[in-house]
Amino acid sequence: MESFTLSQASPVESPKIKEKYDHFIGGKFVAPSSGEYFENISPIDGKVFSKAARGNKADIEKALDAAHKAFPSWSKTSAAERSKLLNKIADVIEANLEMLARVETIDNGKALRETRAADLPLVIDHFRYFAGVIRADESTISEHDENTVSIALHEPLGVVAQIIPWNFPLLMATWKIAPALAAGCCTVVKPAEQTPTSIMILMELIGDILPPGVLNVVTGFGVEAGKPLASSPRVAKVSFTGETTTGRLIMQYASENLVPVTMELGGKSPNIFMKSVADADDDFFDKAVEGAVMFALNQGEVCTCPSRILVHEDIYDKFMDRVIARTKAIKMGHPLAEDTMMGAQASKDQYEKILSYMDIGKQEGATVLTGGAEASLNNGLEEGYYIQPTIFKGHNKMRIFQEEIFGPVVCVTTFKTTEEAIEIANDTMYGLGAGLWSRDAHELYQVPRAIQAGRVWVNCYHAYPAHAPFGGYKKSGFGRENHLMMLSHYRQTKNMLISYSKEKLGFF
Amino acid sequence: METIKRVLITEPAKEVIDTLRKRFGSELMFHQSGGCCDGSSPMCFEKGDFKVGSQDVWLGEVYGCDFFMSADQFEYWKHTQLTLDVTPGRGSSFSIEIPMGIRFMIRSKLFTTEELKILSPVVTGEEKLSER
Repeated sequence: MESFTLSQASPVESPKIKEKYDHFIGGKFVAPSSGEYFENISPIDGKVFSKAARGNKADIEKALDAAHKAFPSWSKTSAAERSKLLNKIADVIEANLEMLARVETIDNGKALRETRAADLPLVIDHFRYFAGVIRADESTISEHDENTVSIALHEPLGVVAQIIPWNFPLLMATWKIAPALAAGCCTVVKPAEQTPTSIMILMELIGDILPPGVLNVVTGFGVEAGKPLASSPRVAKVSFTGETTTGRLIMQYASENLVPVTMELGGKSPNIFMKSVADADDDFFDKAVEGAVMFALNQGEVCTCPSRILVHEDIYDKFMDRVIARTKAIKMGHPLAEDTMMGAQASKDQYEKILSYMDIGKQEGATVLTGGAEASLNNGLEEGYYIQPTIFKGHNKMRIFQEEIFGPVVCVTTFKTTEEAIEIANDTMYGLGAGLWSRDAHELYQVPRAIQAGRVWVNCYHAYPAHAPFGGYKKSGFGRENHLMMLSHYRQTKNMLISYSKEKLGFF
Repeated sequence: METIKRVLITEPAKEVIDTLRKRFGSELMFHQSGGCCDGSSPMCFEKGDFKVGSQDVWLGEVYGCDFFMSADQFEYWKHTQLTLDVTPGRGSSFSIEIPMGIRFMIRSKLFTTEELKILSPVVTGEEKLSER
């Protein structure tokens, strides 16, 4: 039996996408100084659909010039004005949601139903959230004695560098851009090589809302554009989402410049299903089954992909039978078809990497419960990067249980006791996300507290509201994204320590 | 006694290394990444550009390039033999082959019980650097 279901609908029309896109610097589209562009391949069919400017150090310097020029006035722009502009950006994106959702699908390969229902709505809400919080944000003041007052005032850091991943190109850009702009920083953004187009189409829509230089986007390769940006002494902070080696390299550069960094470096998130989950075959049980199949969201290309299912051994059969059936019902097909549930992996090398993990999983003795190979689709999708949603059964010491595959692959193992579940959950280098499913009120609090991860979803998974802080423990990085606490990542504290006394100390 | 190498390399990967050596005019190094996005892929840098230390493990030399991995990651990888290969594809990260439209990647195989007994020794990144 097939391990997935084929979608039936025809793809919707592609929006008009230009042959090539320039950088966005100082409020204008600017051709790359090298004159060179690189091909952007759509994962849908493996074909070139546009080109992106091949940025280099000269382009980065130009963007930094523009950002530094804009900062003195942007940093003093009133909260009301900044809020108004962020809201305007949100309104324009909302008015163009369908077009942007389609572009994002073509650029990244993910299913349209996800870009429509998750990526773009979250982008809009994140801009609105940060537009809102800065209106209510306040600094603090303390009276130390009747003549001494301390004011702790927020000041924006300055010009920041933001390096964006390719799994949610527009949303991850927004997670970084919205709080930086809200805080009064100017930014130079470097999108990922695999997905440089959707953000440029976004800039065509929102570019003239902000003063020139406040938001600059330079596309290009990591070694040619990312490195000069991350290592520049002219940036006040580097925010990075990606993997551990590049994270360390960016910290190495930051140590030379003595600037702060925030790092979001992925995870190997456990999704724990306690025995009580199967106490009844009801709506909650059904929700938990869906929670386990969430590994297939975004083709598994999520830092918090619930890639390890830990299920109580007594409910294994009942629960996993249902999870396997639900996984097989995932509809694969053209990502622009409205009924497609899972699209293409973002690039050819990701596709190859995922297949290499299937190989090592089998070598290590893991059992394939469903999937376990590429998905050969036809009707023009033959050259696209499609992989069957896959469930392995094995144990937590296997490499497929320890490494972020970043594909639609989940590994299941069982536990006998709560202690064992916690031990397995924490036996990982990472600590970004986790899930806990239970009907027991005590477990609902105690187990999440024992899991070393920055976000524990309790009886839910893969929700990313702007209002909840997100970030990692352990090797998953540090710093948070989302939530108003994000503002503090883009600001420093000016302390004014004021004396209202006219009397000298008498020391000198 | 002959030891078993922890990292092997394919012919196409050797060709890419030759090309990169010429282009950058320097020796190269690899650091195996972990984590999100392009994680779990080997990263290629000009030798010395990525700072290794006491928390890295030197797995050996592959086609004249030092190959490192963080020590905690090595704990989960050490029972497998790695082969450095190359695939077409558009990766991100600061790995220097990416502008060529290709990406280094790792293929893995389990060591046999016999091989596990005679594996080439490892040292920390710090120890490797102090050898010079």
